[in-house]
Amino acid sequence: MTDPISSTANSSSQVPLIVEMRGIVKRFPGVLANDHVNFELQRGEIHGLLGENGAGKSTLMNVLAGLYHQEAGTILVNGEPKVFSSPRDAIKSGIGMVHQHFMLVPSQTVTENILLGLDEPRFLLRLPEYDLKIAELGERFGLKVDPCAKIWQLSVGEQQRVEILKMLYRGVDVLIMDEPTAVLAPQEIEGLFITLRAMIAQGKSVIFISHKLQEVSAIADRVSVLRRGIVTASGVSSKGVSRQELARLMVGRDVIFALDKKPGKPAGVVLNAIDVHAESDKGLPALRGISLNVRAGEIVGVAGVAGNGQSELSQVIAGMRKCIKGQVLLNGDMVSNRTTLFGIQHGMAYIPEDRTHVGSAPNLSVTDNVIMKNYRKPPISKNGLLDMKAATKLANELKSAYDIIVPNVSTPVRLLSGGNLQRVILAREISGLPTFMVAVQPTRGLDVGAIEGVHRLLLAQREAGAAVLLISEELEELLSLCDRIYVIYEGKIMGEVMVNSEKQDEALIDTIGQMMTGTPLDQIQEEEIAANG
Amino acid sequence: MDFTIILQAGIASGTVLLFATLGELFAERSGVMNLGVEGMMLIGAMSAFSTAIATGNPWLGVLVAMFFAGLISQIHAFIVITLQADQVVSGLSLTFVGTGISLVLGEGLSKAGTVSLLPNFSIPLLAQIPILGKIFFTDQSILVYVGYLFVPLAWYYINRTRPGLHLRAVGEYPSAADALGINVFRMRYFYVFVGGMLAGLAGATISLAVSPGWFSELTTGGQGWIAIGLVIFAQWDPIRAAIGAYAFGALRRLILDIQGPLLLLGFDNPFYYNPYLGFFLQMLPYLFTVFVLVIGSREAMRKRIGAPAALGNPYVRGERGK
Repeated sequence: MTDPISSTANSSSQVPLIVEMRGIVKRFPGVLANDHVNFELQRGEIHGLLGENGAGKSTLMNVLAGLYHQEAGTILVNGEPKVFSSPRDAIKSGIGMVHQHFMLVPSQTVTENILLGLDEPRFLLRLPEYDLKIAELGERFGLKVDPCAKIWQLSVGEQQRVEILKMLYRGVDVLIMDEPTAVLAPQEIEGLFITLRAMIAQGKSVIFISHKLQEVSAIADRVSVLRRGIVTASGVSSKGVSRQELARLMVGRDVIFALDKKPGKPAGVVLNAIDVHAESDKGLPALRGISLNVRAGEIVGVAGVAGNGQSELSQVIAGMRKCIKGQVLLNGDMVSNRTTLFGIQHGMAYIPEDRTHVGSAPNLSVTDNVIMKNYRKPPISKNGLLDMKAATKLANELKSAYDIIVPNVSTPVRLLSGGNLQRVILAREISGLPTFMVAVQPTRGLDVGAIEGVHRLLLAQREAGAAVLLISEELEELLSLCDRIYVIYEGKIMGEVMVNSEKQDEALIDTIGQMMTGTPLDQIQEEEIAANG
Repeated sequence: MDFTIILQAGIASGTVLLFATLGELFAERSGVMNLGVEGMMLIGAMSAFSTAIATGNPWLGVLVAMFFAGLISQIHAFIVITLQADQVVSGLSLTFVGTGISLVLGEGLSKAGTVSLLPNFSIPLLAQIPILGKIFFTDQSILVYVGYLFVPLAWYYINRTRPGLHLRAVGEYPSAADALGINVFRMRYFYVFVGGMLAGLAGATISLAVSPGWFSELTTGGQGWIAIGLVIFAQWDPIRAAIGAYAFGALRRLILDIQGPLLLLGFDNPFYYNPYLGFFLQMLPYLFTVFVLVIGSREAMRKRIGAPAALGNPYVRGERGK
């Protein structure tokens, strides 16, 4: 392993360090998540912490935030050694973390959530008084949110602001943000960056955990990189290092940013959703009249911030959720409100969001999982019985064809990594020779190598003439794979844009971003015409 | 038939349901369902009555009832909070344990003689209000008046105080509460205990005030189950719980009293001449309970009617953020 790139001498000696982590070791069963990691945070900086999924960035920061306890190593805050046994201890020392999954009680108001667990107020809540305090605090840091609103009424972006306010209210000096942009629309990301800069201006320090290079380059003053639990770059100035170099430090090899995407030749419409309405698990309207179509030989994306009806849409198409109005046609046959088997028999493949519970049966073997769809047909089915020899043969073929890394095919799939599990699911779905595939967040939580593999398989489906509906929250992923993108917001389609694979222009991203926050496409265009005329 | 008298008695009988319902409501708000209400009420009724007989002091009976019912609720708390076992199974077992203990220890109590009961009195001025004064404030047991105070206090505690805020958080999103330093386990033990104490108070209300005496398992006669149904019906809100409890108390009285007179509204009373119709009426509250419990146990429906999100789930630390 090469020596980590270190910050130049001028930085660490002059600016006071607010946090210093030395030789942190943290182990999980079978994984060394942090291997003698050193980390330094200067007062008044935004420090980007880069790394792939599973590189150990969140683990390291959970140690700093008091959620995990390190096996070796020390933490110094303002030069004093500290031992944190709970997040409360860390907050007392001025360190607070905003987690990727928000820790907010949905049925309570913003103020109630912020006051939770504090000693003050003693007994009576006196909410109006505290509402005012919190509104003032929000004003100071540019975090606009209504203190009286209930959490469930707020957008994800607003909820994030509540989480930040929760920490600021507790008077933290160091704010750790774990993948804060993953759930935000482009415009909201801009707003978050403004807030973070306002915090720096008022003397706070921020640690910004991300696996997205361009964001870290945009916001961070300095960057540290982790790879497989080891520091590969420590506190380098984000100005002085190229994106390619950071990517190499993250992944350990050169990364190809562009995919080999041939020009599309879309044919007839395969999937047609007409005015689809559906309810969420809570019985609230989740889809309010979705109409979209996917043609053979194209990948069509559905972009949107999480929780705007994407899951429900995929479930209606797959036949797993009731369609209360409208219909979904697959090659002219109605598939909505029919059994899932009907869809499967008519050429539907489904890559669900929840790959461990919906996409696979965790305790069953790779073989069992790959034959789940075609066990009714020969050669797996023989005289009404399963031919396990044929099944094992098929599983072994798929294992080598799809690079599933597993000692043998009788291993239960719960032992597989996310990337390998997704390959098992893709192998099963693609081997059924689908005419249509709906994939929901197929690369979430996978490392760069695995993401590349999934992207290639989706593109191969397109080449083979299948219709693919790709529902994703990663705008970049959609822009690099799709021929067209629909944007969904609160269960409605805001508009449809064509993707030019040659260039990813800013205007397109801006348009999609506006639609993701609720402005319909025709309104955006009207405004543009008005502005130009 | 004088309806104000039936309603007056109904309020008294509803007070039993009120205490039991509020107790279960507190436990469920913290995320623990306790189906042992019936057993805890029997423990309360038995220990209150036998203490009152032994000492001649009904107040001591009330305290002992609350203490013992609270104590036995901690068996359930240990099983479902510390051992993280299934709440339904443990709660059902608690009903059997409570019923069994109270039947054994209460053996012979029914012939033990009379006790001095908790006092009944009227509230001056308020009792003068036409009709309502007669129903709510005339010649009621002191426990009925305690019940009136209890409802707004419970609402205020849950919705407007810091411990109430913590209670709601623990029942809705325990890991969020835990992350902010709230001891989820301790809170749940405490509110299961509160639930037990109130079930004990409900039992004492029967045996020392509303229908004094010890009639083995008929003392409670399944009111613990109605209380559990009422919590769902009330959508975990104390005010609605009170309305439900009093309405059901009145209904119970009405069903008993309607079988008495020969004439009903000038006609032959069918419930007098046909006893089977009376049995049918007596069954209705339990039918309601079954119905509400079926609705309340459906996952989708529970979300819709606002059940505490973590209700029924043991809290395991460190499941998140791995």
